[in-house]
Amino acid sequence: MPERPQSDRTMIEINGVTRSYGAIKALDDASLSIREGEFFSLLGPSGCGKTTLLRMIAGFDNPTSGSISVGGQPMEGIAPNRRPTNMVFQSYAIFPHLNVEQNVAYGLKRLKLQGAEEKRRVEEALAQVSLTGLGKRGATELSGGQRQRVALARALVMRPKVLLLDEPLSALDKKLREQMQVELRRLQQAVGITFVLVTHDQYEALAMSDRIAVMFGGKIAQVASPKEIYQRPVNRQVADFLGGMNFVKAEVVEENAASLVVDTLGFGRIKTDKPKAFARNGGGATLGIRPERLRVLWDNATAKFEVAGKVVERHYFGEITHLIVEIPGLEKPLSVTETNDFGADDIPVGAPIRLAYDPEALVAMAD
Amino acid sequence: MSVTAEGLPPLRMTRARRNALLQSEPVQGFALISPTFLYALILLVLPILVVIAHSFWTQHYLTIDRTFTLENYRVALTEPIYRDLLWRSLYISLTVSFFTVVLAYPIAYFISFHGGRHKSLWLFLITIPFWTSYLLRVMSWKVILGYNGVLNSGLMGLGIIDEPSTALLYNSSAVIITLTHAWAAFAILPIFVSLEKVDRTLVEAATDLGDGPLGSFLRVTLPLSAPGVISAALIVMIPTVGDYVTPKLVGGKDGVMIANAIQAQFGKASNWPLGAALSVTTMLIVSLMAGATVLIIRALQRLAR
Repeated sequence: MPERPQSDRTMIEINGVTRSYGAIKALDDASLSIREGEFFSLLGPSGCGKTTLLRMIAGFDNPTSGSISVGGQPMEGIAPNRRPTNMVFQSYAIFPHLNVEQNVAYGLKRLKLQGAEEKRRVEEALAQVSLTGLGKRGATELSGGQRQRVALARALVMRPKVLLLDEPLSALDKKLREQMQVELRRLQQAVGITFVLVTHDQYEALAMSDRIAVMFGGKIAQVASPKEIYQRPVNRQVADFLGGMNFVKAEVVEENAASLVVDTLGFGRIKTDKPKAFARNGGGATLGIRPERLRVLWDNATAKFEVAGKVVERHYFGEITHLIVEIPGLEKPLSVTETNDFGADDIPVGAPIRLAYDPEALVAMAD
Repeated sequence: MSVTAEGLPPLRMTRARRNALLQSEPVQGFALISPTFLYALILLVLPILVVIAHSFWTQHYLTIDRTFTLENYRVALTEPIYRDLLWRSLYISLTVSFFTVVLAYPIAYFISFHGGRHKSLWLFLITIPFWTSYLLRVMSWKVILGYNGVLNSGLMGLGIIDEPSTALLYNSSAVIITLTHAWAAFAILPIFVSLEKVDRTLVEAATDLGDGPLGSFLRVTLPLSAPGVISAALIVMIPTVGDYVTPKLVGGKDGVMIANAIQAQFGKASNWPLGAALSVTTMLIVSLMAGATVLIIRALQRLAR
């Protein structure tokens, strides 16, 4: 299926929103703009304020200061039942006294549709989440995955402008979760509704989203596409949260508007893009390189850019091997992940090793 | 389970089998309840059997004729006085359960949904009236409802009535008012428990799907708390049918209930078999009424969808 073309219109505008509980700020001056038809993820560790923000979009919580608008309409003072948003709850919140059909039709009852029209929309929603034929099933007779689908159908049937998903996959086992990631993305592309997903799982966010906002301690650290977030994290915290990253200390030699030239002990002199939030501490800077961007050089192979060191640890993970390599001059050893096609799992601990890298893969970031 | 069911060899039991038997869940269960079970058997089942037996016998002054007869039941069911008393008892107990549940629900709801961290304090406050004897509580209602009572003086003081009303005390309304107050806590607790079990996310989900506060209450909270409402109604209904003290003290002659008649048969009238037949009839009718109440509330619950 081709990707849905992105609209430029803004669906959700979050402007300087702060939410304090006493002295604690669950959300601190967050600003964000989410486009129409976008699959947007709020990613961060627990307690970072992502769920608070989602609940404020839904109307279950109100900003202490700042404003939220959905579809160009300010949401201040609008009760959750009057907002053009619907939510898929983390616990799914399936009504236990109703069957699947009645659960899905719950919100439609209020719209006073004709019986046939209501039935048609329920059937359509059940078909969208592949639950056709299970309409008469009781809420307590469903598996976790089915409950998740019912929750999804119940929200989608309302045809909201925005669908809010609060950690919808966290209760599913790994295999089902991966399958649902693909399905959710496919569904979002098919219906074209703006999805806002809250998750603490970086792979989930990377796999499904058009854009991701990474949050820490009530603040939004970075908003960008999955690829950019992964490859060019703005700071160490973001880099760390999105998977492994080797940090290398560097000395800034030259700095201008768009680029930096730095000296490192292990990697020599490197020219790199300057990140937006870059702030140098004295003459120092931090560079980062992902473990999979370091490749093992076999036998006599050479590369334009390489570092030499010694393997100190080896961890086997099936399709890949994780090597810890000590490089003279670097204070911390590098992690390297290498696929096992060429026998990386057979490299003896203590053996000398040479690693190739692309200087492009070394990114400067704020501390 | 299958170990106990399948024919064990008579007399000799291997140790393994005995252990399996001792560890089986039903056996452990019976062992656990056996003290209470014996207690209930001796103090509850045996007296009921004695009462049932008596209801089929006849009293001849000081002796009891033990030939089987249905005469007592004929009297109990056809004699207008007993029929009226039975109907009145049922009416009073139904009215009391209705009002108790209706008044208890908002209190339970408040404690459960808005009690915050003071929930246990609120529950504790509800039990305070129980620190005094039931008789004292009934007496205080006499003070409130009496001819020169608090209510009459208050209404006269406000100029709402000119002379004390006699309609307040010594009739079935007085019994209803007193019982409704007396049983309030017994209705609040089961409703509170069932409201506590209602997942708050479900209420949020209902709101998210467009329901206002009333809508989500009627479509989610109320149906899900129905088990509490059923037990509250039953807990109040069953004992109040047979209440004896309250009508005696505040009921006057218009508030006499079936239990007073039963007491008279076992006491002054000294006709135990008739008293027994009245008791058994009441028991059966109460069971039927309780069953009907459960069915009606369930039907209403289904209707709410």
